[in-house]
Amino acid sequence: MSTIRVRTRLKEGVTTVRAIIRHPMETGFRVDQETQEVVPAHYIKLVTVKHNGETVLSCDWSRAVSKNPYLSFEFTGAIAGDKLELAWLDTEGETDYAETIIE
Amino acid sequence: MLRRDLVKLLLGSGAVAISGLLKPVKAWAIWNDAAFGAQNQEAALDAYYPGATIKASDRISIGVRQEIENGAVVPIKINSDLPDIKSIAIFVEKNPNPLIANFDLSPRTSGFVSTRMKMDQSSEIMVVVVSGDQVYSNKTYVTVHEGGCA
Repeated sequence: MSTIRVRTRLKEGVTTVRAIIRHPMETGFRVDQETQEVVPAHYIKLVTVKHNGETVLSCDWSRAVSKNPYLSFEFTGAIAGDKLELAWLDTEGETDYAETIIE
Repeated sequence: MLRRDLVKLLLGSGAVAISGLLKPVKAWAIWNDAAFGAQNQEAALDAYYPGATIKASDRISIGVRQEIENGAVVPIKINSDLPDIKSIAIFVEKNPNPLIANFDLSPRTSGFVSTRMKMDQSSEIMVVVVSGDQVYSNKTYVTVHEGGCA
């Protein structure tokens, strides 16, 4: 199952994007209550969002973006039926990708 | 197309830059180790906007509650009507690493981003917007009752 849930809303020429990514966003400071060991840092560093192949947002994130990151932004120039893609890359080299149709 | 190739394509130069093969064109363009690793705000700003004079601007609005119970989830909404916005970055002065996130915008992207972040303690929040070749900032203070950096 995808870690990414992305929704769009097109209104009066403006597309609003809302996305939630399932990810622990471990800072490397947290101590596991059961093992009493520090949980290693593991967080998303890069997120890219493309509309019909053109980048509309690229994010550089630190460990201080909250667990299960939320992201919202707006852009112009899309019409209903266009493609929106979102991908992320984390500190372990893991990635995920999702696409949706703008409506 | 293989899904893996697509991810590579989508991340593009970002993935290349973090493997150290390509230097970013702009200091604020792609994950900047010096800026993200900086342990005080001045060093983070110097690394991210080298040589820039950062001017105060009330054309950047920072939507955040002034009092936060749980620092693990602090919603923040940034709006700016400055022209030709290239990027929007969030700094929390008292966090272990003050640079929280940077957003690079395309010419079609509005001056609006919203996310949720962690705050270690009560702190000033500074938002920096690169507009054309100018760098602007605005600040607000947030009281945090329970730190959320762990």
